[in-house]
Amino acid sequence: MTATAPLSDRIDVAGGTTPAPAGRRHHRGAAFWASTGVLYLVLIAIAVIYIFPFLINIATAFKTEADAAVDPLSLIPKTFSLAAIQTLFTNSDFPLWVKNSFIVAVFVTAGRVFFDSLAGYALARIPFRGRSVVFAALIAVMAVPSVVLMIPKFLVLNQLGMYDSYAGMIVPLLVDAAGVFIMKNFFESIPASVEEQASIDGAGTFRIFWSIVLPMARPALITIIILSFQGSWNELSQFIISTQNPALTTLTKGVANLASGSLSAGTQYPLKLAAGAIMTIPVAVMFFVFQRHIMNSSDGAVKE
Amino acid sequence: MTTAQTLKRRRPPRRSGLAGWLFVSPTIVILGLFLLIPVLMALWVSFSDWNGNGSPFSSGVHFIGGKNYQGLLSGGSLAETNFGTSLRNNAWYVIFVVPIQTAVSLVLAVLVNRAVLRGRGFFRTAFYFPSVTSSVAITVLWLFLFSTTGAVNKVLSYLGLHGPNWFNDPDGIIHLLLQGFGVQNGPALLTQHTALGVSWWDWFAGPSVAMSAFILLAIFTTSGTFMLLFIAALQNLGHDIDEAAMMDGANGWQRFWRITLPQLRPTLFTVLTLGLIGTWQIFDQIYTGTKGAPSNTTLTPAYLSYTSAFGNQAWGQGAAIAFILFVVIIVFTFVQRMVLRERGVSKRRIRRYQPDLTRVSRVNVIDERLDR
Repeated sequence: MTATAPLSDRIDVAGGTTPAPAGRRHHRGAAFWASTGVLYLVLIAIAVIYIFPFLINIATAFKTEADAAVDPLSLIPKTFSLAAIQTLFTNSDFPLWVKNSFIVAVFVTAGRVFFDSLAGYALARIPFRGRSVVFAALIAVMAVPSVVLMIPKFLVLNQLGMYDSYAGMIVPLLVDAAGVFIMKNFFESIPASVEEQASIDGAGTFRIFWSIVLPMARPALITIIILSFQGSWNELSQFIISTQNPALTTLTKGVANLASGSLSAGTQYPLKLAAGAIMTIPVAVMFFVFQRHIMNSSDGAVKE
Repeated sequence: MTTAQTLKRRRPPRRSGLAGWLFVSPTIVILGLFLLIPVLMALWVSFSDWNGNGSPFSSGVHFIGGKNYQGLLSGGSLAETNFGTSLRNNAWYVIFVVPIQTAVSLVLAVLVNRAVLRGRGFFRTAFYFPSVTSSVAITVLWLFLFSTTGAVNKVLSYLGLHGPNWFNDPDGIIHLLLQGFGVQNGPALLTQHTALGVSWWDWFAGPSVAMSAFILLAIFTTSGTFMLLFIAALQNLGHDIDEAAMMDGANGWQRFWRITLPQLRPTLFTVLTLGLIGTWQIFDQIYTGTKGAPSNTTLTPAYLSYTSAFGNQAWGQGAAIAFILFVVIIVFTFVQRMVLRERGVSKRRIRRYQPDLTRVSRVNVIDERLDR
């Protein structure tokens, strides 16, 4: 960061508001171009550090084991091999893990969208006795570190007879306090007159919520969908403590066990990295499709 | 607002009150069942001799007071040494990760937020993407990158450096640094005395080489998320103060340090708090990667709590570790808030900014003369 660069910011701002006269660019000093060049070089260098590991990951998935060990940096496999992916899909429980992860993620996402918005709406719009207490309790709940809950959750699941079942994996994740907050904040931003009109027309509370307010909350709902899917797809500790039956293994649990070598002899990096790459695809696709929404949810109204 | 309306607002109709409770009931039931009750149950288990068989509330389970806690905090047992080691490892992890991830995410945010920059979206996406991936998948990748013949050591070899055997090297990096200066063994003062079953010399070993790889992993995966928080805060800053400072001749560095950073204080606060809470709970990476090896130098309290309970069936001890960790997190967060709380400006500082009264009056006199 040099003293001249911020000045150039101002020039840029001015150039944006008033039509720039032809040849204006020539008025920018050499110092400006130097500092901009340095900025780009620095950013590109950092971006390479952030992106390159993932390129290596993908490339290694198509390498032979010997090639992966000899030439870990190269992005082009010497002999293009589908052996790792083939082994995963035909000779391991990988497809089962994918299925389980999808089942859990879909139910958790659906549940969170519904329950978070229900609670968020009540906390934002329905005045009821004890509302502030419920709200305070929700904040308190968010402060409890998840690690402290590993043993306790197992105890309760065991007591309820939900250990080693889909219910045990899904139900504890069905609600998240952070999601309730996001929904509450959003509902507070919707003008109350909309509901008052519906109320005059004789709609009940649930009907107003379901057919009028909820459809208006699409941006917030998309945020919840992304966060829930990503969160439950990537969740690990909840599945470790709620199951031991191999038929209920999710991708995270399966791949974690794969990493420590329970299924494979030797290092088998192409196999492990292929598994890691494949399990990243759904969240990556979601990320790139809804990118604007993810960025905006924590960005406020950023216009680019 | 008329009085009738205020009355109506204050006393909600009975039916909508019922609806309110109905709407929040799923949330209350699930969070109560899987958050509140479990915590109370675990608190009981941490004071009991439950061995994992049957219900922790059956008549065979006894209240044993603070024995589980005592075993971890004193007595010189293996449990104490392991717990001390795990605390040491995690403390170094926190000491390195929290400041570095905060600094890196702030720098990324400032760079990406520059007005001149084109392709901002691309850079933001590149830096944020690691935060989207699962901790398991990225740990697997890290195990490969930092393996003996891995990409990192390959890059180091291009630079003429011989990279370590990352995930198998239990040496603390501060010990390694001291070895570079010829110090092989610590002074007796440090090696003879222990805290939580770990000698002071070992407490000061620094994170092991293996833990350092996890430190880099944490910075890599979390800086993107925190960068977004900083970008949001930067976007909300007004430009007028900055411009005023520019008029007064403050350079870019001065303006960042004296004007932008103080305004980012609330976000800095959030990032540090979230960082502290998160780093004290590292579990997924250890479970997927090293499982505490080499020589217990990547053992963390969260992982130790899990293995004590689910592995060794020492449920009371596992629960006790979890609760001590809980207290550690609360204390650290509290201390951080105390240290960083908004302080009044010191008198000396105020005096420095107070205009020189004699000079001001002189200026006024001149002004008056000019007016005439």
